[in-house]
Order: sequence, then structure tokens, then C-alpha cells
Amino acid sequence: MQLIKDKQVIQDSWIYILDETPLDADYIIVPLVRWQQERDQLSKIKHLGLRLEADVILEDIVDDLSHFQLVELFIPVFTDGRAFTHARLLRSRYGFTGDIRVSGDFMRDQVFYLNRVGVSSFELNDQDNAQQVIQSMDDFSVDSQESVA
Amino acid sequence: MYQYNDKDQTLIDERVIQFRDQTERFLKGEIAEDKYRALRLMNGVYIQTHAPLLRVAGPYGLLSSKQLRKLASIARDYDKGFCHFTTRQNIQFNWPALERVPDILEELASVQMHAIQTSGNCLRNTTTDQLAGVAVDELEDPRPYCEIIRQWTIFHPEFAYLPRKFKIAVSGSEQDRAAIRFHDIGLQLVKNDQGETGFQVFVGGGLGRTPIIGQVIRPFLEKKHLLSYLEAILRVYNLYGRRDNKYKARIKILVREAGLAEVRQKVEAEWALIQDKLELSAERISDIQAQFTPPEYQANAAQDTSHAENIATNTDFATWIKHNTAEHKTDGYRAVYISLKAPDSPPGDCTHTQLDAIADMADQYSFGMIRSTHRQNLVLADVKQADLFAVWQKLDTLKCATPNIGKATDMICCPGLDYCGLANAGSIGVAQEINDMLDSIDYVHDLGDLKINISGCMNGCAHQSVGHIGILGVDKKGVEWYQVTLGGSSENDAAIGDRLGPAVSKEDITPTIKILLDVYIEQRLNEEESFLATVRRVGVAPFKEKTYATH
Repeated sequence: MQLIKDKQVIQDSWIYILDETPLDADYIIVPLVRWQQERDQLSKIKHLGLRLEADVILEDIVDDLSHFQLVELFIPVFTDGRAFTHARLLRSRYGFTGDIRVSGDFMRDQVFYLNRVGVSSFELNDQDNAQQVIQSMDDFSVDSQESVA
Repeated sequence: MYQYNDKDQTLIDERVIQFRDQTERFLKGEIAEDKYRALRLMNGVYIQTHAPLLRVAGPYGLLSSKQLRKLASIARDYDKGFCHFTTRQNIQFNWPALERVPDILEELASVQMHAIQTSGNCLRNTTTDQLAGVAVDELEDPRPYCEIIRQWTIFHPEFAYLPRKFKIAVSGSEQDRAAIRFHDIGLQLVKNDQGETGFQVFVGGGLGRTPIIGQVIRPFLEKKHLLSYLEAILRVYNLYGRRDNKYKARIKILVREAGLAEVRQKVEAEWALIQDKLELSAERISDIQAQFTPPEYQANAAQDTSHAENIATNTDFATWIKHNTAEHKTDGYRAVYISLKAPDSPPGDCTHTQLDAIADMADQYSFGMIRSTHRQNLVLADVKQADLFAVWQKLDTLKCATPNIGKATDMICCPGLDYCGLANAGSIGVAQEINDMLDSIDYVHDLGDLKINISGCMNGCAHQSVGHIGILGVDKKGVEWYQVTLGGSSENDAAIGDRLGPAVSKEDITPTIKILLDVYIEQRLNEEESFLATVRRVGVAPFKEKTYATH
């Protein structure tokens, strides 16, 4: 799948592994439930990512963040703005320095905000307009609040 | 008045470009309807019965004469020659074409105006007292704090997609003229025991389907913590506000369901983590305050004797002074209400010729500034007494001098079925009928302070639930009916009105109001006892009895 990372279009090397699927890839993203159930085994994986749903309580996983190179915030519907807070807190409060990725139902017109709250990669729903999505990250050249990058 | 710096101007200019692109993409079919809906709403564009409605932001109700002239020219060039002032001090155009909205935004940007976040599930325009800076009962001018909040809210990256809309109001006076107890957050400037000025913070108030009075979440907040405390509340709301049902998504429902204690505990815990990072420096506050310094008042304004003579010799003028002007901090000055409630025009509407003329009057008599009010009128806040007679005469020729501010015909009214896609019933027509019934101004004055609020549907845009008399239009099998409430108030004595009884039919609504007024005249202890005080003393029962006895 195509991906925008740090404002570049790249090929996605990460694989999302569902609850029951065997772990046979180099770059693996797991759901929170699986991490909680198979923590010991998963800790040995070199390139591990964690996918969080919009209703996650961040405080429950912040102690585990050092195990992950990537946190994926899944947006169920574009009007659900919880991921904006989650990204910001992961970056500025919990010091997560890995990749913060958004996936799901977000739109081009939101990437300016997402970029400002610390999201570093964007899973593309629509492969055709990647350049426009990158452009929209700079819809505004000024702002009135602090950004986390 | 706050003047945009380069950053403010760049931001709204870039917004015009962005919204133009979004609208073009939508018209080409590149953005889905539901997605564009969210985007256009965050720019104040609704799709209405006849045409899109564009809601323009009026930051804390303060407008310059230049801005008013721009509104007039937009009304002429893009609309049908008028605009409408809303209960949140904003300005609405009812007839623009969608494809021309970006051009309107460009025109607005040329006078430091925009339509950003005037609708949608985001941080909305911050409102305040129309007498800010001039009120005699004011502790401190609230507008600098409104401006600080305005800057913080505009395109806040974390809070652009909230569970539901979010409204903040600030009051600096003892008398609450900004309905702060009916906002998601209400801020009241107060002094603590040490004599320091800060904010009393209310949370969880709101009108609409489920009217709730806001509660005090923090009795005293130091000024320097204003933004960090707001951010803490918003973060808790963004994470915990309900997203499963839009009718239960406002923060008032979170406060009601979780309880104030739990919300407070969450907010305070969050605040503890961020208060040092978002501290407002004294310098920053004074920089903004410097943009709201009082105008250069004439020191000898009070020495004028013509004003007293005019009052003594002209009863119409004296009546207007009594009802449509307010005391001013500075001797020899008064604040003048421009009534947008003439008997024959829809409440809150203003034509382009009126707008232009009011702009000229503002330049000549009131330092070039105009305010819009929560009750859909306008104010010239700084008129010296020697000019009041001329101002009255000019307003009279504009049909803006009806001496009815705060009286029965100063109704708050939503656009209703005439314009709005959500409405169940007409409201402008009802206001018109009530006006016709109250055709004697002496009778209106005899009725004293009386707030009648009329909404055409449950969403309650005209705040019917806090009207002394509230009228709510409902649809019963395709027929318009009206529910009546009594005893509401949006001021310090905040209350939700009590239901009078079963809804009345369209033909009975005006006769019902007449009955209520007759019962009041009959029941009041004396002429000093207001309608609201009488309702609170005798209850709804005598009103109910008379109303339904005749039906």
C-alpha cells in the first residue's frame, strides 16, 4: 500500500496482523488486544507497531511505548477527532519518537491539522491524489497555537 | 479594536484559497457530499430551504464602520439587500450562491473578517457583553480575553473535530448580558479574597433540545491560566464527549451523565500537567489590552445642557432615551441601542441602506465602532449626550428607533420555516402577529421588561427555553403548533422556563400571548413587579387556567 511519510510518497513495508494471523513478516503492526495477550512473544520482534482504536485510553499503554517503532491511530470516521488528541499526547506528553501513522477515514482537508499534532505518516485511501495530500499539509503557512512535530 | 497583524491576515487569506479549492473540488464531484458538508459548515455555509446561508463571524460582536460598509456591499452584490444579526453576535446572509461564497470570503478578508468556525463541530465565535468597556457595573473589559481566546481557537489543530459544537462566552460585568450560564464554557471576571481579578468558570450550559444551566467548575482561575484551563476542558471533552448520538454529544450531557465532580477531577488532573506550558504572560495580556483602550472621550461632555432640555421638551425623545440607551462609565456619554425590532421587519434583519447609514453614524458619533448584541440589536457604545438628539432623529428615519429594547416587541426570533431547512414551524410570522397585537407602544411600556423568544424548532436557535415567554414551533402531522414556556431567564437568575400546558394551534398562539399578558397585568403587585417576577411569585397555574379555559 502507498503511504506518505515525512511528506514523501513511499511504499509501505508494514503489515497489519489481525488477531489470529501468524506473525510471518518483518514489519508487523498488531492490534492492542493481541499485544496484551502475547506481549512476551511480541516483545522479541524487531520491528513492531501498535494499532490503536479511537476509544483507547492512552494511559493504559504508555508504559509499553518503548516496544514500538510505530503507533497507528485508526480513524473510524473522519468526524471522530480523538486521534488528534492521541497523536498530540503521544508526542508531547509521552515522548514517543517513532512514527505516528493515521489510517482509516480521514481526508485531505484534515492533514494540515494532523501534521501539526505530530502525525508523521498517512496511509492513503485514494492512491491518485498523494501529491495533493502532501500539498494540503501546507495549506496554511502560519498558525496561532503551538504545534508538535 | 484589535487590528490584525500579518499572521492573522495571512491565515484568513490562505483560508479563502483553501475554501475556494474545496468548493471547486465539490462542484466537480471530487469531494463526497458528507465530507464537503463538514468542510462547508466549518466555514459557516449551510444549505437552506432556498439557498445556502453564510454565517460570518462577528468576533465578540465588535465591528468597525468599514466592516459594516462591507457587509452592506455584500448584501447588495451577493444577496437580496439585507443581512441578519444572530444571537451569537454573528452576521448571516440568506441568499448567496454557493459558487460565489469564496468571492464573498475574499471580500470579507479585505476588512479582516471571515466565516471560519461559525458552524460545525468545532470551537465557535466567542461572545460577550455588548456594553463591554463602557458598562457601569463592569469589573474589567472582557474583550481582550475574548481576543486571546479567538486567537487560540482559530484552526486549533487538536480541537477541529469535536463531538459537537463548542461555544464560549465571557462577561466582565455583574449583570450577565452574555448568557454565560448557557454556554459550553462561561467565563465571569471576578475578584477573589485577595483582591485579584480572575475568572469564575462555568461549564456544561447550553440551550437547544436539552437546555441545561452551566455549573461552576472552578470558582477562581488566575488570568495567566486562562488558555491552559480551556485546553484542559476541551481535551477532556474531545476524549470523553459522546460521539454515538449527536443529540447527546454536547459537553452539557457529559457533565450531566458523568457528574460535575468527575468532570472536574479529570479537567483538574489534565490542567495540572499543562498549566506551566500554556501560561499567559502579563505582557501578552497587556499587549492585547492595549488594543482595547478607551477612545478619547471629551472631558467636558457632561457640561452640555441641550440634552436635559430635549428630554424635558420632547416626550418621544425622552421615552427613547429611557428605553434605548444605557448608562456609560464616562460622564456625559451614553450607549445607544439601535433597535432592529421595528414592528414591520423580521427581528434582527438589517438592510444595506441601514448598514451604510449606521456606519456613517458610527463614524460621526461613536468613534467608528458598532457592536451587535445577543438579543439581535446593534449598539453605538460611545455617544456623547449632546449628540443623542441628532442620533435619535437619524435612527428614527432609518426605522431603528422603536423604543422597545428589553420590552415585549424586542423579540428574539430564528429564521424559522421561512428560510431554515430544520424548522418545523414559522417564527417570523408569529413575531409579526404578536407585534400587530402589541400595536400600542404605551401598552408595551406598561408591560415593562419582557423577553419573548420564538424558535421554529427544537434546536432552539432563538433561545425560547430562557425567554420570560418562550414559544417553540412544533410539527404535528404536518400542522404547525406552538409550545409555550414561562419564567425562563438567561441572565444572573438563570432558569429554564416551565411549560404552560399543551401546545396551541397557529391561530391560537397570538391570542394565547394576549391572555398571558392580561393575566400578568391582573396578577402583578404593582407596576414595578416585572412579568418574570410575577411568574416566579404566582407560578404558572393562573396563566394556565386562563389560557385553557377559553380553548
